[in-house]
Amino acid sequence: MENVLANFDLVLKAFWLTIQLALLSGLVALVLGTLLAAMRVGPISVLRGVAATYVTLVRNTPLLVMCIFVFVAAPNLGLFVGMPFLLKGTIAVGLYTAPFIAEAIRSGVNAVHLGQAEAARAIGMTFGQNMRYVVLPQAFRASVPPLASTLIAMTKNTSVVAVFGLMEATARMRDFVNKNSDDTMLIFLVFAIGYVILVELISFAAYGLERRWKAAR
Amino acid sequence: MTVTDEAPVGGGTPRSGEALVELADVQKWYGQLHVLQDINLTVSRGEVVVVIGPSGSGKSTLCRTINRLEPVDSGRILVDGSPLPQEGKALARHRADVGMVFQSFNLFAHKTILENVTLGPIKVRKQSKAEAETRARELLERVGVAHQADKYPAQLSGGQQQRVAIARALAMEPKVMLFDEPTSALDPEMIKEVLDVMVDLAERGMTMIVVTHEMGFARTAANRVVFMADGRILETADPETFFSNPESDRAKDFLGKILKH
Ligand SMILES: Nc1ncnc2c1ncn2[C@@H]1O[C@H](COP(=O)(O)OP(=O)(O)OP(=O)(O)O)[C@@H](O)[C@H]1O
Ligand SMILES: [Mg+2]
Repeated sequence: MENVLANFDLVLKAFWLTIQLALLSGLVALVLGTLLAAMRVGPISVLRGVAATYVTLVRNTPLLVMCIFVFVAAPNLGLFVGMPFLLKGTIAVGLYTAPFIAEAIRSGVNAVHLGQAEAARAIGMTFGQNMRYVVLPQAFRASVPPLASTLIAMTKNTSVVAVFGLMEATARMRDFVNKNSDDTMLIFLVFAIGYVILVELISFAAYGLERRWKAAR
Repeated sequence: MTVTDEAPVGGGTPRSGEALVELADVQKWYGQLHVLQDINLTVSRGEVVVVIGPSGSGKSTLCRTINRLEPVDSGRILVDGSPLPQEGKALARHRADVGMVFQSFNLFAHKTILENVTLGPIKVRKQSKAEAETRARELLERVGVAHQADKYPAQLSGGQQQRVAIARALAMEPKVMLFDEPTSALDPEMIKEVLDVMVDLAERGMTMIVVTHEMGFARTAANRVVFMADGRILETADPETFFSNPESDRAKDFLGKILKH
């Protein structure tokens, strides 16, 4: 018998994998996205072009295409061969989410008053120092809401890797449904609530950050 | 205002000295607009120069070319004998030596008052945090906002913010300070507290280029007044002569207007 409540440990294990995927891809996406945003507002035109191309290319491509590239096409080119599925999933979802993060941060950069960057330049900061100590910290504060929606979408997007054999929450749900179609409604509820909790955690964190940073903007 | 008994920077005769800032045949266009025309100006070490003129005459632009926040199209600009570098690390180093105070203060909104003053010394001058903080507290004391050190800029009045901005610039130990209408965004009752700090700075021998319409400041602290109109320097004179006896019609007309209100 594959009762969903009797096998709750499998549910938890599956969600733990989803959480790992979300945390790791989130990290990749935030780092790469911040880099792309800095490149796009930076003084070097080649880097601006590279970043803009990447953003356009990836943002307008389905996630499944990115996954097929990372899991199937890249190994044919000798990339990511023998890499654990969790890391492949992280790379696929991280690379896919980075441009959305970049755009959220770029809108935050545009919201930072021009005088801030100018004052930083006037005391002798280089472009890198200006970004790191003055512009980006304020851009992050201004882009918490869009960043949170991007990370929420990303968390749900991690389910796409179910197709490639990772037993994360969505794959486990399909497994339960296949083996026990009578409990469909209950299975759906259990997994839906699991996702809702994850997403609410992100919203809650965003709300906390917004409150904390209110004075310092 | 806090008065300390520190000796003026630069020693005995702070008012005399060789050229510190030199602009020669500077030209700048914004598209069709010739915003700086044949600018020649030399500011000596320890000198205080007030730049005055109608709106749109190029005063801010002139100020901003000296630390290359605005590049010029031709001409030479020297600070302490060396020409302005192109973009990059060398330019950043140059800017660290030129203090700038903006009309809108531009304090770093996400940093406390103390952090605003220590950020440059720590990151640009590579001072230790302790060293930078000691110096920052001295400067905040000097401009009269020491007790606000842990607040954020938005929690301070405009006058206080501008005094912090002056302290932030001074923390870099600049060779020259540029002020672009430092009091025109302030409520009248706060103007004096900022001007007092600037007068004190002038008395200590700081080289200053100040865009302002505050005639009181010009009379008390300036060695020279430069009058600009339509991108040109039309007149240069000592404050007394300029205000009581302007030569050009443009200057007479301009002074007539600002004296009326
Ligand atoms: N970035 C810019 N692009 C195009 N034109 C500009 C730019 N900045 C300034 N100008 C124009 O150049 C001229 C000089 O401007 P500037 O700000 O130097 O004048 P100002 O003397 O400081 O005036 P105000 O007293 O109003 O501050 C003005 O006509 C202005 O509209
Ligand atoms: Mg101006």
